[in-house]
Amino acid sequence: MSEATLPELAEAVEHEIGLHQHAATNTGTTNTKLGMWVFLSSECLFFGGFISAYLLYRDRNVSGPKPREVYDIPFTSVTSFILLMSSLTMVLALAAIQRGDHRRFRIWILATALFGSVFIGGQIYEFTEFYREGLALSTNVFGSSFFVLTGLHGAHVTAGIVWLLTLWGMSMQNRLHVQDSERVEIGGLYWHFVDVVWIVIFTVVYLIPT
Amino acid sequence: MTTTVPEALVTAPPAARPGILRRPKATTGFWSWCTTVDHKKIAILYGGTALVFFLVAGIEALLIRLQLAGPNGTVLTASQYNTLFTMHGTTMVFLVGMPLATAFGNYLIPLQIGARDVAFPRLNMFGYWVFLFGGLFMYSSFVLGGAPNGGWFGYTPLTSAPMDAGFLPGRGPDFWTVGLVLLGVGSITSALNFVVTILNMRAPGMTLMRMPVFVWMMLVVAFLTVFAIPVVTAALIMVFFDRNFSTNFFVAAAGGDPLLYQHLFWLFGHPEVYILILPGMGIVSEILPTFARKPLFGYAVVVFSGIAIGFLGWGVWAHHMFATGLGPVAVSAFGLATMLIAIPTGVKIFNWLGTVWGGSVRLQTPMLYALGFIAMFTIGGVSGVTHAIVPADTQQTDTYYVVAHFHYVLFGGLVFAIFGGLTFWWPKVFGRMLDDRLGKVTFWLMLIGFNLSFFPMHFLGLQGLPRRTYTYAANMGWDNLNLVVTIGGFVIAAAVALFLVNVIVSSIKGEKAPADPWDARTLEWSIPSPPPEYNFAEVPQVEARDDFWHRKYTEDEQGRLVRLPAGGSDAGAATGSSVIGTQGDGHDIHMPSPSYYPLVMALGMPILGYAAVFKEPWLAVPGVIVLLFGLYSWAIEPGTAED
Repeated sequence: MSEATLPELAEAVEHEIGLHQHAATNTGTTNTKLGMWVFLSSECLFFGGFISAYLLYRDRNVSGPKPREVYDIPFTSVTSFILLMSSLTMVLALAAIQRGDHRRFRIWILATALFGSVFIGGQIYEFTEFYREGLALSTNVFGSSFFVLTGLHGAHVTAGIVWLLTLWGMSMQNRLHVQDSERVEIGGLYWHFVDVVWIVIFTVVYLIPT
Repeated sequence: MTTTVPEALVTAPPAARPGILRRPKATTGFWSWCTTVDHKKIAILYGGTALVFFLVAGIEALLIRLQLAGPNGTVLTASQYNTLFTMHGTTMVFLVGMPLATAFGNYLIPLQIGARDVAFPRLNMFGYWVFLFGGLFMYSSFVLGGAPNGGWFGYTPLTSAPMDAGFLPGRGPDFWTVGLVLLGVGSITSALNFVVTILNMRAPGMTLMRMPVFVWMMLVVAFLTVFAIPVVTAALIMVFFDRNFSTNFFVAAAGGDPLLYQHLFWLFGHPEVYILILPGMGIVSEILPTFARKPLFGYAVVVFSGIAIGFLGWGVWAHHMFATGLGPVAVSAFGLATMLIAIPTGVKIFNWLGTVWGGSVRLQTPMLYALGFIAMFTIGGVSGVTHAIVPADTQQTDTYYVVAHFHYVLFGGLVFAIFGGLTFWWPKVFGRMLDDRLGKVTFWLMLIGFNLSFFPMHFLGLQGLPRRTYTYAANMGWDNLNLVVTIGGFVIAAAVALFLVNVIVSSIKGEKAPADPWDARTLEWSIPSPPPEYNFAEVPQVEARDDFWHRKYTEDEQGRLVRLPAGGSDAGAATGSSVIGTQGDGHDIHMPSPSYYPLVMALGMPILGYAAVFKEPWLAVPGVIVLLFGLYSWAIEPGTAED
């Protein structure tokens, strides 16, 4: 106790206050977290619309490249794996801030953003390759439904990266404290969600043969 | 700390710096309305704005009726007619029906569950701004390159063909798709807010099965909105991409399927029907017990019927597509599923009748509207069952029979309930009574006008008058009935005008409203009219369903009502004159502080919308900057100013 510095004490007190907040709702889940779950459930239906369109259209080309002819499964598997690993680093980042370990929080949150960026880089490379092989938005129904679905997922990942970097920036300015760890948790929920959606897309779009 | 404090009240981050804009201080006047986060003020904004759009949609309907009053009408050109019926439908669904329900929900949900505000006060205001800007964006199309003209359903490939293909010249479909996506963002945020508020912020003792039925119906509606809107958003994005970026989603020649759009649209569109009608059912379920002076008959059954309608509503969308050739198995299945919906709906109607039965009914204006709702909605429900019979529906598709049906459920249902709700809660919201005699005249005028206008459409439809067609030939046997329909439309307009007169008269010399003018049952009547900013000085402890009623009345051995004396059975009990929840002056209650940022963030959205419609990427830059500035300032700003 005597070794605790003043800021650490203050954080411990704030942590206590933070714990009390969690009991303040009927469900026991905070408003922001419940709100995030509702939002994510809405997003499921959004992606559901585009995934249905893709499933309907992937075999209905009248011209242009078919899915099998352009997919590079090993490459996409690697970027998918990296995106999945970013969920692990996200969990580590949340655990770090809940412990009050700001240094490790910053490392893990940056790692998460970095893995996400590698995934986006891979998607840009993949889109460029497909385009070079003759598949554009307007080439056929496969191109339309593929690019719009994966592109909107990419936009979600990009928004997530901006979110993660914002959390990192707040932490660097000492504006993200232990009792704000729920902010990280909410961001994490979103991040895990875009990962889970990608698992569905990777399975349905890339892996299941036509 | 009790269970009802909004998140914003308890999570003021330490060391928060003031944002770039100073925190708004105004409590009255223009800026106080622009920056408020009070759910009651936001509700009034929603209601006022939606009523203005209601007048606009009404004028559009009257123009349509002038054109169709006689054969070979020349009031409108074909393309003007297309624009007007498209905008009438789009306005009534997205800019009148949904926001009016949101207005009632915003005002009443926190009051009825004993909360001081909604879960996300600033998000609430953001939802309003997005609704307002989305509506203005949609209507700005009239001066910016052509208003939407592809119907409120916007079927492909009519709407999805590129502009230069000449199917629908002008930017109408672009404004329509982008405008609906914007409005969808607003709807989802407000629905999300309702879900969290209802699940998380009920007063102690307000269990789910003690909630007023209106709150229950709004919970179902909020879930439907959250799940249905993203489906149509996906469809609208596909239409926009087809039209502007040459994708092939709905291009049949490239293997695309125009029917996919109809599936996605109606997968949203049918739940949307219940999004529109369930709030009306909730309002009526509050009015009937109050004026029959009996508890709602079969509360639990009414609640579960509402939930059942919410679930079944997802399994019937293809009954809008019976004429598209889905095949006998599919149409039979969807026809049967559609008939199933009549069961929970019928259960509700009988429960309402059971509520009125044997009650000491007072026929004041709100009660008239509620009874009118039951009668008119039942007619609409019965004609709806005839649509479930596939061969009959094939005959009725695209005729005025369908127009008659959905106006009976949406006007006879929703609009009657809305007017009933307006007259019922007006004294609570504005502190003044509306004139009851004038109100009754308004009701009868509206009932007569409505039936003159829409009942003949059943016959016109069965005689083959096609909808969405700007003129018809003489000597088809349609002339007289069409004239009657038009006259009915103007009678409705007179009723609406009379309602506005009542509002003006009430605001000038209306009787001051007591806290509980109707001797009502739910918590909002236990606090002063209009309620203070913090709603409840003391968060109420709820002991029963219709808690406020039980604070006023008990029953003797014969089951007769006995009024409890003031300050009766328990602490804080009250009679009509004294009210609970007013102990203390509310000085120590910290409410969420007003904020500019919901407005700022919402301002970015129409800018992005114009960038999309005009395909001007540079315009997206200021849009994104404004949006992000609003978002980040919002995130940094604490919900409640520390002072």
